[in-house]
This record gives sequence, structure tokens and C-alpha cells, in this order.
Amino acid sequence: MALISVSNVSLGYDAGIIAKDINLEINNGDYLCIVGENGSGKSTFIKTLLGFQRPLSGKVIFGEGLRKNEIGYLPQQTSVQKDFPASVWEIVLSGCQARAGLRPFYNSDEKKMARENMKRMNVEEFAGRCYRQLSGGQQQRVLLARALCASRSLLILDEPVSGLDPKATADMYEAIKKLNDEGVTIIMISHDVNAAVRFATHILHMRSNPVFLTKEEYKNSDLGKCYLAVEP
Amino acid sequence: MTGSIATYFEYPFVRYAIIVGMLIALCSSLFGVTLVLKRFSFIGDGLSHVAFGALAVASVINLTNQMILVLPITVGCAILMLRAGQNTRIRGDAMVAMVSVGALAFGYLIMNLFSTSTNLSGDVCTTLFGSTSILTLTSEDVLLSAILSVAVVAVFIIFYNKIFAVTFDEGFAKATGTNAGGYNLLIAVVISVVIVVAMNLVGSLLISALVVFPALSAMRICRSFKGVTVFSAVLSVSCAFAGMITSIVAGTPVGATIVMVDIAAFLVCFVTGLAARR
Repeated sequence: MALISVSNVSLGYDAGIIAKDINLEINNGDYLCIVGENGSGKSTFIKTLLGFQRPLSGKVIFGEGLRKNEIGYLPQQTSVQKDFPASVWEIVLSGCQARAGLRPFYNSDEKKMARENMKRMNVEEFAGRCYRQLSGGQQQRVLLARALCASRSLLILDEPVSGLDPKATADMYEAIKKLNDEGVTIIMISHDVNAAVRFATHILHMRSNPVFLTKEEYKNSDLGKCYLAVEP
Repeated sequence: MTGSIATYFEYPFVRYAIIVGMLIALCSSLFGVTLVLKRFSFIGDGLSHVAFGALAVASVINLTNQMILVLPITVGCAILMLRAGQNTRIRGDAMVAMVSVGALAFGYLIMNLFSTSTNLSGDVCTTLFGSTSILTLTSEDVLLSAILSVAVVAVFIIFYNKIFAVTFDEGFAKATGTNAGGYNLLIAVVISVVIVVAMNLVGSLLISALVVFPALSAMRICRSFKGVTVFSAVLSVSCAFAGMITSIVAGTPVGATIVMVDIAAFLVCFVTGLAARR
């Protein structure tokens, strides 16, 4: 059974449908990129996967024992975070929140896990540093480490490279690719169609009638050709 | 001067008042950090005006224990304002302005219309700016404030990690199954308790200062959430202590004196923060 199967899902708000009839299956180890124009429903789709809002119709089914709180999520940065006084250690550890449940404090397993994930994302040297003093790329890696504390198997990333310089962007893609190679399933919103076809295994192109294809199919489709041609 | 302070301390009610003052300063600073970081400072301000309105109603209908009325009304408005923050039809800040100014005007109006007191402007002044002297706090005030303060501190410690998670990144907290809405509600309720309790000490207009200044000062200096929390708590308690002693010795109003000390501490932290960044 698939990790997540989405059947006949339509997305939208009171005002109307944004995207209809989304059908797709995400399997363990997949790397799905969601592309499309602004307002096409990329973020709405992710919010639906995360359970923040209900689809207008259709179903999202989680399989293989994946529970709702086993999703690692990397949201877009908010203005609050940009001057938030918190150490890197505190932020990464907060990824274990779901694991701790109602227990007020973190136990040694959770602390160990936070340390391991910091090592994995190469941010352990910043543990005591203040988050707001890090560069954009470093901040994103810290948030990735936090997401990994929440889930070993599935990460949902909302434009993880927005606002990063080219070097940091390349590093970020590299880091995500490495996680995928280690078996982590990735679902990522991206504006960068070229990067999407380079790294992803599947593409979901959002529009009023969204298209879900494997990377190869997408490259050869008229839609894919059109978008890939536009990009530099 | 030390002699005269020592004389004051011989009276138990002075000691109690000082202890309560420090407890209030402690719990208002704890949640201040979250309020400032979540951009909710204005909710604290709005709530204090609501508490004033509720207090006016309570005194007009001659309730012996005004908390019975003031606390539920303030908590109710806190929930209302929090919900409005997420509502797009009336912007959150506009909603807060409406409720708070409305409550202030309503409170003053009914105090004028129905009050049986001979010293109306004195009463109004006390509710807005706090007791002219901490020595006028009654022993019930002291006991109730102490109980509520201890409860607030306990809630903060138990939910410390949740509060951090929800303050730093609500989206992530929600995605990982933390009941963010529930904790926001908890924060709003506790804030209203703090405001109602602190009203005795500094009055409704000055509460925001007690909530906001220690947090802002600590944010100039500290680099971790724990650091900011601890520093602002220590700073707030010391400022409250210094302010209360000064007000006893110099005979100045308690609330205003404490706020002045808080402002002075903020300026020191601000300059230190600038110097450290160089």
C-alpha cells in the first residue's frame, strides 16, 4: 500500500474550486515536486496533506502505519522567526515535541535524536548559537534537522530555497537529495521547475486540473516542455 | 534611609505586599516573552482596558469580591480577541481597539452614573494607575494574588516546551500534532489572569509595561529562549522590588515607580545590546 494516496481530491475555499480531481500515490522513497503558478493551490494541497484544512471533496489516506504526527514539515519562514531569540539547540529539540506528547520535558532519547539530526544536517557546531544570527542557508538546515526529529520517513517542504543565494540553494538541494537517497520520502513545493526535474522522481503540476506524472513523463509532456523551455 | 526601610519591614502587611508584588512581576514577565514574540502585545493592552470596564461594573453593583466578575469577563474577551486575530473580516488589531476603548468608555460612564462613592476621581485613578500605595492592599488581595501567581508560574513551567514550540513556529507545531489552537487559548487565558492580578499592583493602564518591558529588555541581551525567559523574570522581579522600595521611601505611586524602573532597565539593556553587537 502507498504511503499516502490521494483520490479525487478537489481543493478550494468558500469562493470556489482552485484545483480539482487530484489523484496520486506517494510511495516510500519517492521525491515529489509540486510546481505551478502562484495561487494554483500548491500550498493548499500541502495544508490538506497536513490536515490543516479539509478537501472540498475526495480523500487523503495515510498508509503503512504513517500517523499524522509523523510528518516532518518545513514551513516557509515567518517574520516572527527572523528575530526570534532561540538557540539552534532549542529549535532542533522542539522537533521532538510530538514524541514527548504530554510529558512536560524532553528525555535523553529525544536529546540524543536532536544531536544526531544536527550532525546529519551539519549544524552541530551552531548548537549554542542564536538562530537569528545564522545565514539563510544555515537557518534552513537547522529547520530541516528539526523536521527530521519529527519524522524519520516523510518530509514536507514548502519552498525550502526561497530567499537563498545560489550557493546556499545548491547546498540545500544537495542536502535534500542526500536525505532522499537515505530513504526519506520528500514532498516539496518548488518554483524552480528545472531543479524539480533534476532531483524529483515525480512531478505534480498544479493548475485547475492538476497533472501528476513521473519525471520522465513530465519532461516529454507538452506541459513540461513548455515550462522547461521558459526557464533559463 | 536603610533604617526607615527596616521599620517598614517590621509590619507583616508590608512584607506580604512586597512578596506579592514580586510574584506578580515574575508571572507577568514569563508570558511577556511569548506575547511580544507572537506579536500579541496589543492584546495585553486591550485586555487591561476590558478589566477596567469589568471592575467598574463590579464596584457599581457592590460585589464584595470583584474578582468573581472581573476574571471571567477578561478571560472571555481574551478568547474573543484571539479568535479575531485569525478572522479576516475585522482585522485583529482593529477588533482589539474596538473592544478595549469601548470597555474603557463604558466603565468610566457607569462609574459616573451609578457610583455611590464620594471620591469618584480617586476611585477611577486607582483603577487606572494602581493603588497610590502598596500598603493599601487588603490581606485577601494579597492571598488571592499569591495563589494565582503560583498557578501561573506552575502552568508556565509545565507547558514550557509546548509554549516554545507554538511561539516559534505554529505551523510546524500543528503539523506534528501539537494542539496549537489549544495552547494559544491557554496563553490567552493565563494572560488575562495575570492582568487581573496585576491590576491590584499597577492599575490597568500600566500592566502592559510590566508584561512587555522585561521581555524586550531581555531580548536585547540574550540569545536563547531559556536565557530570555530567565533573564526577563529576574529583571522583572528586581525592578518590581526596587520600584516598591523606592515608592515606600519616596512616597510615590507604586505602579508608576515600578514602570519607571523597568524603563530605566530597558535603556541599560538596549545600550548594552548595541555595544555587544559591535
